[in-house]
Amino acid sequence: MFISSRFKRTELAEPGGKGNFPPKLLIFPQFLSRLPPFLFLITSLSPEPNPSIPVFRSNFITCFPSVSLPFRSVFPFAASTLQQFTGAVAKMVTAAVENQESDMVEGNEQKPKNIVSDGFDANYLKIYYGKLFPHADFFKWMSYGNDGKHPGSDQSYFGRREFSFTLDNDIYLRFQSFNSLSEMENSIKEKCPFKIDIGPVYSVDPAKRHAYAGDNVFTPVERELVFDIDMTDYDDVRYCCSGADVCLDCWPLMTAAIKVIDTTLRDDFGFNHILWVFSGRRGVHCWVCDGKARRLSNEQRAAIAEYFHLYQGNESSRKKISLTGPVLHPFLARSYIEVLKDSFESQLLCSQKIFSTEERYEKILDMIHDESITSELRGRWQDNRRPSKNDVNSVRWEQLKNMLQSGKHKAKGTRRHVEEIVFSFTYPRLDLEVTKHMNHLLKAPFCVHPKTGRICVPIDPEHCDEFDPTTVPTVAQLLEELNAADMEVDSETDWDRTSLGESIRFFRSSFLQPLLKSCKEEIESSHNLKVQQSKNSLSW
Amino acid sequence: MEPYRPQGKSSITTSSTTNLPLYRSAPPLEVKLEDFELYAIDRLRVLKGISDGLSRGKKSEEMEERVRELWNTNMKHPQASEDVNKDIISHFVLRLVYCRTEELRKWFLSMETILFRHRFLYAGSESQKQVVAELGLPYKPISYAEFEAVKDKLVQVARLFGLTVPSGDAIYYKVPWEEVPELVAGRRIFLHKGYAYITMYQVVSLAATQFRSYLSKALSLTNRKWTSTIREQEKNRLTPIVEALCTSYLGPDYSQLREYGDVSIKDLDQIAKSSFPLCMRHLFEKLKEDHHLKHGGRMQLGLFLKGVGLKLDDALAFWKAEFSQRVGAERFDKEYAYSIRHNYGKEGKRVDYSPYCCQKIISSSPSVGDHHGCPYRHFSEDNLRAALGKMGVNNRTMDDIMDKVRNRHYQLACTLTFESIHGLSCDAGINHPNQYFIDSQKVLQSKNNSTA
Ligand code: SF4
Ligand SMILES: [Zn+2]
Repeated sequence: MFISSRFKRTELAEPGGKGNFPPKLLIFPQFLSRLPPFLFLITSLSPEPNPSIPVFRSNFITCFPSVSLPFRSVFPFAASTLQQFTGAVAKMVTAAVENQESDMVEGNEQKPKNIVSDGFDANYLKIYYGKLFPHADFFKWMSYGNDGKHPGSDQSYFGRREFSFTLDNDIYLRFQSFNSLSEMENSIKEKCPFKIDIGPVYSVDPAKRHAYAGDNVFTPVERELVFDIDMTDYDDVRYCCSGADVCLDCWPLMTAAIKVIDTTLRDDFGFNHILWVFSGRRGVHCWVCDGKARRLSNEQRAAIAEYFHLYQGNESSRKKISLTGPVLHPFLARSYIEVLKDSFESQLLCSQKIFSTEERYEKILDMIHDESITSELRGRWQDNRRPSKNDVNSVRWEQLKNMLQSGKHKAKGTRRHVEEIVFSFTYPRLDLEVTKHMNHLLKAPFCVHPKTGRICVPIDPEHCDEFDPTTVPTVAQLLEELNAADMEVDSETDWDRTSLGESIRFFRSSFLQPLLKSCKEEIESSHNLKVQQSKNSLSW
Repeated sequence: MEPYRPQGKSSITTSSTTNLPLYRSAPPLEVKLEDFELYAIDRLRVLKGISDGLSRGKKSEEMEERVRELWNTNMKHPQASEDVNKDIISHFVLRLVYCRTEELRKWFLSMETILFRHRFLYAGSESQKQVVAELGLPYKPISYAEFEAVKDKLVQVARLFGLTVPSGDAIYYKVPWEEVPELVAGRRIFLHKGYAYITMYQVVSLAATQFRSYLSKALSLTNRKWTSTIREQEKNRLTPIVEALCTSYLGPDYSQLREYGDVSIKDLDQIAKSSFPLCMRHLFEKLKEDHHLKHGGRMQLGLFLKGVGLKLDDALAFWKAEFSQRVGAERFDKEYAYSIRHNYGKEGKRVDYSPYCCQKIISSSPSVGDHHGCPYRHFSEDNLRAALGKMGVNNRTMDDIMDKVRNRHYQLACTLTFESIHGLSCDAGINHPNQYFIDSQKVLQSKNNSTA
């Protein structure tokens, strides 16, 4: 049984209840076997707590006083308040039970597990931010070594970073900034944003931007180089799903994009500190965090975006991608040989059944501007009714390749067609605007996707083939894991007892630690240089 | 003549051995006032030659040839050691001449940059390296071993853009990619570990860009100095020279007729039809129609006719015949005869006025009731089409002409008209209405001779 009920504020004589209403009342029946039933009542804090009114600082409260607390939560309010509160809760429970009919989720008896793990609930967020979200790692990252004691570190750095929060009811708070880890952590826990976006580091504290209005003082000065790849941009080359959905049949498109971009950023542009993140539903984000990358001008960002950009044609053009010239640029050649060809031939070709129907193969024949070739292939494919042992897609692809690459046709400008087809079906499609501009906001890693409830976990580019978007933990799953785990372990490492642990460990060891090491070196060397220069200028 | 000492007071001159100066500081040299002007005119010939070639759509190989030729004919000093000085002095004089308006600055900037580009390309690798260093470009030539290691990729990129495949002695430079974003954006270079490998040819564009932006800043600085001090300080010495230089027309003068003797009044109608450029044809027709022309028109046509070979007496008779129909003979004698004599240097300062060149006509600004100016510039498209149709220009050429007009290449449009009417090409282009006339007469005469 799963009950979720909303109450009007007036039904609850809740003290200090200035926060986000209505609160939600939840019962998790699947715990019944192991734990006594308890209720989570999520209270939200008023933005500016009035000291005269007691405020619940807890994320969840058990409503069965005889039951031991499932979490080591602290209730900083007086006993009388608690009584008042439990009274209110009791009313709610009654109401909830009365409303049970209308609020019951259908079919929950059959698969209760799914209901919890699929769902996303604002209330989970409180717990997630309170117990699991890696605030400290996040702060370390965004400080880039400037939170240290070194005289060369810039103490104002983190405080000049813009964060923006999307709250429930689509309330959008831009230009949030924090001067310390605790300030950030408190604000996140208190506001409990559905989404946290990261903006640039500005010349001055973005919260004080109005003080500088009109002087052009308030400008972005640093920003990670970011990439945003969204599966919806691939809708014309995937047949398994469309729009917001993804599955293991189309995910290789993202894997190919990660490989192409990651290799190029490292080998061509010389970047080292690159973080890949699952966007929570149907895409990936990339954060390039090298000092050099953070300080790129918009023009330089645009140059990178253009370097990656291949004109993808439009609705009315027959060809998706045309590759002209006698050879491919070394970058495109490498991408083709090392990633795209294989991704196409051993994954997408069969999983997307690219040649399986007339409509699909016609789309490909349309890219070949040679009547004699297309009509011959079409003839063969239309007649070919007898079932073959081999996959029809592979067979047809081989036939097409043989035809295009045979000596007979090689000279006719058709030699690029094989590559063009592969590029059209696999080459990364970037949202260029996100990359080009410093002040574009991008969702922070470790956020919870508000629709799927999945965590935006990092992806290891070296093992991105193994990444499965359909098994990324959801916030509900994490909470369940948390409950199931041993309560006596130190709460500092709550995340370690959930499947988030692996992601955070990867984030630390593969990204954060090497990054901070190089930040430290950079701060030291630029500081030494400054000291050297000032010495020189003194002696002259 | 009094020596002139340029204003730039930098006493440190890099004892550069390069023959390609960057004109960072004015030369601490004494310059004779006549050299001041002569050097400038010589350099101006080079720049105008470049501008001419460009507007005539010369291809880059032709341009290379042309620039080298222009430089060698105009900028070589009898004493080789003086070459560099002449180069520097002339540049600084023209900087003064061309700093004064936005339009002048723009022209000078483009022409000097093109000149720099071409000279850089032929400067030899030592000078090139020196210039690269002097411009402060962070480019390192790559070693042979490095070249061998990435050669395949460099070949790939070169082939991609149809460039000659680099050989062992090709000079490649290595530069942080952030320095060359436009080359990165176009995938015009090979990138490896944060470095772009650029060819000499690409270095040229980058050096030229750098040169241009430096010169651009310098020009606005010079402009400020010019308006705040120099113009006033030098008002008796340099200022007149400077102000005259940029409008100076460097071709022949056409004020006295050489090989073509006289033209008499009775011939005028006929030669106006056959050999006048559109600007003059239009004035001529308007005069016949209205029996009047305002001052600008009288000057433009009057001086032209003088250049064509109309003697003073004939000129007086011609203008009188027209004007008296409108204002009466008496008033003509009183009010207009003077200025015609004046044009022939018979009144006032007694200077012999030269006929206007195209540039001067094109840059004039006729207002309501005026008929002077250059029709290619000052006519509406409809009127221009009609006028050209009357001259016998066919439709296809008409479109070409309109194209030039839209791109503001008026003299080229005029050249096309000439070519279309006379049925042969005019390589030198039209720079002067009197040149148009003379060239036209030559063509007609040779046609007559051959048919005779
Ligand atoms: S280009 Fe020169 S000759 Fe031709 S119409 Fe214009 S001013 Fe006259
Ligand atoms: Zn799918």
